[in-house]
Parts: sequence; structure tokens; C-alpha cells
Amino acid sequence: MSVAIVGGGLGALRTAESLVAAGYAGEVTVISDENHLPYNRPPLSKEALKEGVSAEKLEFRRRAATDGVAWMLGDGVRSASFADRILTLDSGRELAFDGLAIATGIRPRRLNVPGPISGRHTLRTIDDAKMLREAMTVAKSVLIIGAGFIGCEVAATARQLGLSVTVVAIDQAPMVRPLGFQLANELQRRHESKGVKFHLGVGINAFLGEESAKGIQLSDGTEHYADVIVEAIGSIPNVDWLEGNGLDLSDGVIVDSSMAVVGITFPAVAVGDIAKYPHELFDEIPRRIEHWNLPTETGRRAGKTLAAWLAGDKPMAEIVNFIPTFWSDQYEYNIQSFGMPGLADTQRLSYGSLNGPCVVEYFRGDTLVGVVGIDSVPQLVPYRNLLMKRE
Amino acid sequence: MKVSVDMSKCQHYGQCCYEAEDVFRLDDDGKLIYLAEVDESRREAVESAVDVCPMQAISID
Repeated sequence: MSVAIVGGGLGALRTAESLVAAGYAGEVTVISDENHLPYNRPPLSKEALKEGVSAEKLEFRRRAATDGVAWMLGDGVRSASFADRILTLDSGRELAFDGLAIATGIRPRRLNVPGPISGRHTLRTIDDAKMLREAMTVAKSVLIIGAGFIGCEVAATARQLGLSVTVVAIDQAPMVRPLGFQLANELQRRHESKGVKFHLGVGINAFLGEESAKGIQLSDGTEHYADVIVEAIGSIPNVDWLEGNGLDLSDGVIVDSSMAVVGITFPAVAVGDIAKYPHELFDEIPRRIEHWNLPTETGRRAGKTLAAWLAGDKPMAEIVNFIPTFWSDQYEYNIQSFGMPGLADTQRLSYGSLNGPCVVEYFRGDTLVGVVGIDSVPQLVPYRNLLMKRE
Repeated sequence: MKVSVDMSKCQHYGQCCYEAEDVFRLDDDGKLIYLAEVDESRREAVESAVDVCPMQAISID
């Protein structure tokens, strides 16, 4: 019996651990195009840029029970044949499997506009962080395209390193889609008070430069130059290798609440950033959510599902009862969220004041769907349980 | 089992408390306090706490 886990991040690790803990005693092979064992990505936009990148320091603790897992690193999966249950790797090697875990995650989305390709940084992997740190170490200015969490965290880190920082984005306020305007406007004010310049509500016409990008032209016609350019405009799921097997891959991989892939008849699960499923505490609409706690939650569930399914007993789906949770450190501010504030139609300040520590509640109709706090961890504690109670 | 938290990494997000509330808790000021010596019977819960720490600040022997 053999299980192939494709992808080598946090979701892959948690799936392997859970599979073994559930009593599966066959072979487990993790196949990853990265050259590193699973590591923690959030520090890549903060400590790793400030202090230098060390793969060893970022690696997750791996439980002793997973010592038997084979890590096939530096060789991604090019294609899969579900009919034959065979993977073909980038190197041309082939690998047969009985059970499959899809954990290939996401990659940064790139702008498709005229201009040079080189000289444009993204931030997803250790190798990306190494290159960005090297570039920032000798730079005076950085231009960040995108005002989501990664863009804003890089902006904060770059200011702490003394660089001049400009953020441009199509959005009207930083992090506005998950946070709404109340907090987004306040966080913009805090970034500006630290010296960040914003150009918001504008698109990018082109990258400027000969061989390497040195600047950008915005849709308002203005041109902006910087020593370092970072693209942080979101991500796309790594599903290319799954094509040709009849799955709906339009936005990740659709799974049921046990993380079993919908549309596959052999034991197969998907986890982490790539997995799309209904968060039933909120509604029945399948969503793909890229929060840090979800690879662990989905991996724990997927390993159990796969072990039972391989033993001939596909488990019944139980309700998805985990709460999407995220954290973001920008300057001295800690931002933490539970739930899905992005679903809300109204917001209410429930603690503190917006220009200091605060908690904002998010409602859809009368129902609490999320909460965000700045420097207010103790005040946030009750909300996780509130959100877990299904009305 | 020995438990230690690297307080230079810990941001007091309290995720560990949900996994092992008898080992980790936030005090009234929101600062993490924890037991440094924990009975072996709680290993599974403490390992879960290690897993869910977003700062990966917890280590066990």
C-alpha cells in the first residue's frame, strides 16, 4: 500500500502525521518541487527579511511517528493519471500510488502587462525571501504592488529596515477586502504615519526599464521608480498537474467536509490553500481560504479520511467546524482575526478605539461572522467559541 | 515532559491555550503563562499546541 502526498508544505506534513496516527502502516512519499522540508512561511515577510533566512530555523517540528515518511524534494509532479494511479515527475520519474493527497498549494499571481519580466520579486518561498532580502540589503527604495497582507507586511519590514516604501494597488484601501474600510483606513493611517506612501485605486499599465524592471507606469499616467519592485497581488492554485482527469479545477480542488476530493473514486484528499469546501458554520458556499491555521485543520482531517478509505471504509463527512484564523504583525501592531470578516455587511467597534488597541465585530445581517482585533488578544478569546456555536 | 516557550518569539496569540488549556493560558494582561513540566499523559495535547503556534515558539523534549 502506498500514499503519495503531492506538495511539501504545512498541509502535507499535517496530512502525513494524521495518516500515520490513524493507523495507516503503508508507505508514505511526499513529493515537492521545493528543496526544503516543510517550513513556516509567515516569517518570510518579517524576520527573514530583517535578520536573514535560515531554512533550519523555519522548519516545522516533525513528529517522531513520521520518521518513516520518504521526502522526495526538488522534483515536482508534472502530471497525474488517475486511471492508472501514476504520477509523472518533472524529472521524468514515475511513481505509482494507491492513495493521493493533493497539497500543492498556491503560487503568486503575476501581472500580465508590457515590460521586462526580470527584476520583479514575489514572496512565497524561502528562495524568494533570500533573493528579496539580498536585494533590499543594498536598496534605498522599494515599490510594492498590492496592498494585501503580504504587501503590507513587506512594507512594514522595509520601513523598519530604513527603506523608502511606496505601495500601489487597485484596491481603495490596504487589506480592505478581508477587513472592510473601517480598519483598512485606520491601518493605512498607521502605515502612513510610519512613512509609507500609497497610490490606491490605480491599475498598472506597464513595467518600465530595459532588461530589468526599474519602475512602473500607473493607469493615471504617473511613473514611479524604485531599487526593488515586489509583486504581491494574490495567488493562484497549483492545479496544472491535475489536468486531464476530469476534475473541476477552476479555483483549486473541490472537496467535501471530510477533505475527500469530489469526483474521484479512489482514495484521494486535498488540503490547505488549494482545498475548496463549504465552511458550514458560515454558509454552504464552497470557498478556498488561505489562512495559516487551515492546512493544519484540513490536514488532520484528511489524514484520518485517507487512512479509513484505504482500509475500505470511506468516512462519513462531518461538519467543517474549524474557524479560519489569521495573524499579521506589522510594525509593533499585532492583528488577529477569527471567522470570515470579509463576508460581513456591517461592522461595529466593540472594544477600545480605532487609533489604539481595538476589536471590530463583523456581521452579516444579524449574525456575527468574524472579528478582528489589533493588540487585543485577551478581548478576542471569547469570540472563537461564539463563532463555533452554530445558530 | 519538559515544555518551553521562546518568549522572544511568542506574540501571546493564545492558540496553544485552545489545545491544552491545563498547560497554557493567558493571564489577565494577555501574557502567556505555561507549565514547564507536564505529565507524559498530556503529550498529544501539548504536541497539538506546538503545531498550532503561528510563531512556532513552543518546544518540547
